[in-house]
Amino acid sequence: MTRITVTVDGTRYTDDVEPRTLLVQYLRDRLGKVGTVVGCDTGNCGACTVHLDGRSVKSCQLLAVQTDGHEVTTIEGLANGATLHPMQEAFRDCHALQCGFCTPGMIMQAVDLVTENPHPTEAEVREGLEGNLCRCTGYHNIVKAVQQGAGAMSGGQS
Amino acid sequence: MIPATFEYVAPTSVDEALAALAESGDDAKVIAGGQSLLPVLKMRLNAPSVVIDLGRVDGLRGISVDGSDLVIGAMTTHHEIANSPLVREHAGVLADAVSQVADAQVRHRGTIGGSLAHADPAGDYGAPILALGASMVITGSGGSRTVAADDYFTDLFETAVGEGELLTSVRIPSHGGAGSAYEKFVRVAQQWAIVAVAATVRVADGHIAEAAIGLTNMGSTPLRARGVEEALRGRPVTADAVREAASRAAEGTNPPSDLNGSAEYRRHLATVLTARAVLKAAGG
Repeated sequence: MTRITVTVDGTRYTDDVEPRTLLVQYLRDRLGKVGTVVGCDTGNCGACTVHLDGRSVKSCQLLAVQTDGHEVTTIEGLANGATLHPMQEAFRDCHALQCGFCTPGMIMQAVDLVTENPHPTEAEVREGLEGNLCRCTGYHNIVKAVQQGAGAMSGGQS
Repeated sequence: MIPATFEYVAPTSVDEALAALAESGDDAKVIAGGQSLLPVLKMRLNAPSVVIDLGRVDGLRGISVDGSDLVIGAMTTHHEIANSPLVREHAGVLADAVSQVADAQVRHRGTIGGSLAHADPAGDYGAPILALGASMVITGSGGSRTVAADDYFTDLFETAVGEGELLTSVRIPSHGGAGSAYEKFVRVAQQWAIVAVAATVRVADGHIAEAAIGLTNMGSTPLRARGVEEALRGRPVTADAVREAASRAAEGTNPPSDLNGSAEYRRHLATVLTARAVLKAAGG
């Protein structure tokens, strides 16, 4: 067992974990943060995307021990109380989901993308979401939502 | 999928990392960003008894200029390299290639050192590293040594990094002013290159003064297309002249056949992509 201290969604946790524990397992099984889902479990689909120190990463391709001393934000840490994050609001508004399984990862990647590029073109959104797969192929509304969310994040939000 | 159990060591200096390596020998695996190693561990293609994490080692991360060389620390991420003005200025082809590695999430985590130590011949680092004439700085208990890119890749997933050694940085002679291009052929998003070509070209008076070409996924290691380099020297920058020289791109290669294409198909791709890369690099 290795002792780690990680800040997840603003709360500091200290836990003993087996070194082989994946970050996504730690988040779901230990902390109960089941908003972050396991999709392909091979680093391809991006459903498990979270932010590590503010940048998007795939939590099935990280060991929990590698995040010792760092800060993780999951989909559960985006909203401000009952007020959704503008990107969450935009996904709801544009109906940017069908089955919804890829949605947590899509939103986390979308927030990262817009943080780096506040006004992405449609092509830039599609390229920026390269690592996130929607098996319902609902990309059209997802891309619309990311652009709407980008507008809201840069100050146009209500 | 969960890796087999292992002991985790998180050194905070290169010396500590080397000591941990010496202690565990063959049974240890070094983890950098882990974007190649974790899939391997999860699928249990490898089950090391010790994993040594370089994530806490100071001084292995960063991009700087030392004399006429660009120096990139082994733990520098793909994202940092792809977005570095220094890399863009001195080694543009590396920035181009690295911005096409996998996807954004992987680029935030994966590192130049990890990718070069893993040495997948379909990886995007090998070809630009060869075309740029880079050197790998390898550190062991006796100090550091430098290995030229041409001597670094020894076989499939094998490199000049010996037992008990670490790849600590990459030195790239500045290519400021030279033209360059990375042409990567894939069919779907975030795919490994079916074939890719890195080219750096210096043009003088409308003629190619010097060209260096690296090939991705055309054999068990990244390869130089020396026949093309030779054929390009002194040729005018015209589509016909470049295509003729590029027809030698598959010489001495041994590309794989798989679901994405036969070896023959890859040989053809290499000639087409080489011509495109050279023309783009030469501004033709």
